[in-house]
This record gives sequence, structure tokens and C-alpha cells, in this order.
Amino acid sequence: MCLAVPGKVVEIFEENGLKMGHVDYAGAVSRACLEYVPEIKLGDYTVVHAGFALSILDEEEAAKSFDAWRELQAEADRQGVDLFGRPLDPDTAKPKRGQV
Amino acid sequence: MLKYLDEYRDPELARRLLGEIAAVARRPLVIMEICGGHTHAIIRSGIDRLLPEQIELVHGPGCPVCVTPVELVDKAVALAGRPEVIFTSFGDMLRVPGSRESLAMVRSRGGDVRSLYSPLVAVELAVRHPDRQVVFFAVGFETTAPGNALAVRQAARLGLKNFSLLVSHVLVPPAITALLASPANRVQAFIAPGHVCTVTGLEEYEAIAAGYRVPIVPAGFEPVDILAAILLLVRQAEAGRAEVENEYSRSVRREGNPAARRTVAEVFQVSDRTWRGLGQIPASGLTLRPEFAAFDAEQKFDLSPIQAEESPLCISGAILRGEKKPPQCPAFGRQCTPTHPLGATMVSNEGACSAYFNAQRHRF
Repeated sequence: MCLAVPGKVVEIFEENGLKMGHVDYAGAVSRACLEYVPEIKLGDYTVVHAGFALSILDEEEAAKSFDAWRELQAEADRQGVDLFGRPLDPDTAKPKRGQV
Repeated sequence: MLKYLDEYRDPELARRLLGEIAAVARRPLVIMEICGGHTHAIIRSGIDRLLPEQIELVHGPGCPVCVTPVELVDKAVALAGRPEVIFTSFGDMLRVPGSRESLAMVRSRGGDVRSLYSPLVAVELAVRHPDRQVVFFAVGFETTAPGNALAVRQAARLGLKNFSLLVSHVLVPPAITALLASPANRVQAFIAPGHVCTVTGLEEYEAIAAGYRVPIVPAGFEPVDILAAILLLVRQAEAGRAEVENEYSRSVRREGNPAARRTVAEVFQVSDRTWRGLGQIPASGLTLRPEFAAFDAEQKFDLSPIQAEESPLCISGAILRGEKKPPQCPAFGRQCTPTHPLGATMVSNEGACSAYFNAQRHRF
């Protein structure tokens, strides 16, 4: 009941006095009530619970977390080992910048 | 590429985070993930087995289906058996065993039990069937309360006399406080439920973090989210800090969702609740405000007192308190399976037992 995956708002309409919309989850489209996200626009990503959109996903905040995680990755890459100190697995390790 | 999904399932990034956790974690730390959605993600991806051994993950009571008391399931079964009633519920509740029957069994006997994805559909049913009584089983944490509150407001606006809720709403912060206050408590840090916090915001969690000196991190539901949350908790514990740090900032804002909070407060009031497995917790749930009493199924229908009985084999209480793990139950995978569940933790897709069973984790 507390699970939800992000979907993209593809249609907004009014029904029985309520702000409603269609939300696309990678091809599967379902209806959701948008009363709790009054500022939502077409193309925004939202999290829907039990038929109600409860938040608009914030692209800037998502990017900030990724920047922090990428720093971890860059640090380990520089050392050529994973953070356990073991050499990077050649199958999964990404080529380091500047390497031929 | 699925936006906001695939990038949070990146195995390389997950590996880096795991490595960083191992590099930072010095002392033992017991972390509870409150939300059953997190439990399923952790067991499915095997995160608990990849962590350094000094970090232990304990599964919490955050499965609304699992903590709904048997008495209320019995009341739902009694209501669903009435000829004038269309009983509606989220699908999860249908197979939860009551003392004698589940809602699914009532349906197989010809009862009108329908599983809905939204309480607004129940309101529409009440409009379409003025000769029937539509009852919606209002189960859940702070994530489903806004929808149920809006359904009641909509029914009131439409002047419906044939719509009501059987309310079993519970709140996360009082459950955390009850766990922390228990003398048996081992939990030192919490992964807070990301979607509950999306609705409520973070103030109550900040008070708990400060009052009990526990680090708390609201997290998203993908493996990278959970690992990042564990890393933040480990860093806090190692530094001797106890704060709320928001891993899920793409959805959780400090003030939560003000519109949802307003409607919930307008329709519901805080009340004591009994939790299956945890017992009664003061001010840990919601009931309808007196001005919406006409929409309260327990007041509207004469439900004679029911003597509730739990399966003597089921240890879901100890599992919901974080004291035991599913494979420690003698009935797990034998007398108790998702097709023949003895307790709610095996039914729900947020229950710990079903998480272990689905991942074929039969050994402790």
C-alpha cells in the first residue's frame, strides 16, 4: 500500500469536481486523482498511492543525490580498486577517463 | 530507460555504496526498516546479505495489512456477508485470514466483495447503486489516509447516505516511539518510510531523532536508495550524530504535502489503536471526526462483538516487533504459504514472510 513507482502525467482533466489525470508507467496508463498536487503539469513525474498522486518528483533534488554518489565512484575509480581495496572486476569496471 | 527508476537500480553504483558502507562501518549497528516496501526491496535484491556483518537489518511493522487487528478483519467479514452490502477494499486485504474466514472466502460463498485501486471508485459505486450500502475498508498508514479522507469529503458533498468506511488507519511515528520505549528494543537507527514522509513531512521524525538519540533517514524504494540510506545512517552512528537526513529528497519535502495533511486533519482525528502483534499504542491511529460519523461503518451497522482468534502456530507478532525473522517460524513454507497463509505477514506484498518466501529464503 505504501509502494508506488514514478509515472508521467500525460493527461489532466476534471471529473465530479475533482482534478484527475492519466499517468503513464512505461506504457501502462492508469487514472489518478491530482487534488493533492494542484500545481502539477503535463510531463511531470509523480508518485501515486491508492489512486492519489502525492508528490511531484523534483528533478534538481534527484540530480543533487547523483552528484554526491558519483563523487564516491570517481574516488574509487582513481584508486583502481573498489572500496574494499580489491582490484576492480575487469568485466564490470568502467574504463577510466583518459585511458586508451 | 525508465526515468527515476533505472538509474536507482545501477549495479555499479550499488557496489560503490556497499564498498563505502564497509569502509565506514566500524562498530555494530542495528537498523530497522519500518516500511514493508523496503523489506521486500531489501530481500529481493539481497542487500541484507551484502552488508558487512556488523550491520544488521531488522524488519519493522510497516505493513498495514499485517497490523490490522483480527477483530477488524472479522468485522469486515461480517459486513461483507450482509446481502445489502457491497464490500470494497484494496486487494491486499482479501486473503488476510480472520478468526474463521477471509474476505476472499466470503466472496467465494457469493458475497459481493470487490477489490478496488482507489476509494473514489467506491464512491462511484455508491452513486451507481443507491439501493445498496457500499463499505470501503480504510486500511493503511499515512499514505492511504489522504485518499480515504477525500473519498469521505466527496461522499458528503454528493449527499450520499449509502457510503461508509470501516476505518483501520495507523500512524508510523507512535509505533517507532513504542518500539524505542520498549525494554527489549535493540534498534539503533531507522530507515523511515519514504512515501509516508512524502505526506507527513519530517517534523515528527526530527523530534524522535533528537529525543531518543537515533539517526533516521527517509528513503526511496530502489536498491541504490536503500544503500545510500544505510550509508547515511552508518556515517551518523560513527560520528555520534542523531539527525533526520533525507535520502529521498526528490519526493520528500520537510513540510510534507500540505494539501493532503489539511484534508486528513479535516476528516480524521488521532485516536488510540490496537496493532496486530504490537498491542494497543496510544494516539497511534485515525478515526473519523464526529461530524463525519454518518460515514463510519462501525457506528452505522450493528456489529455484535466478535471473539477473535489467532492461529496458534503463527509468530507474526514477534516478526512485526523485529524480534524474529520468518525462517525462524516452524510453520514458514510448510503449513504457511502465500496460497494458504496462517497470518497476514505471509499474505501482503509488504509482509516480511511473503518477502522471504518469494525470494526462496527458507533458511535463517
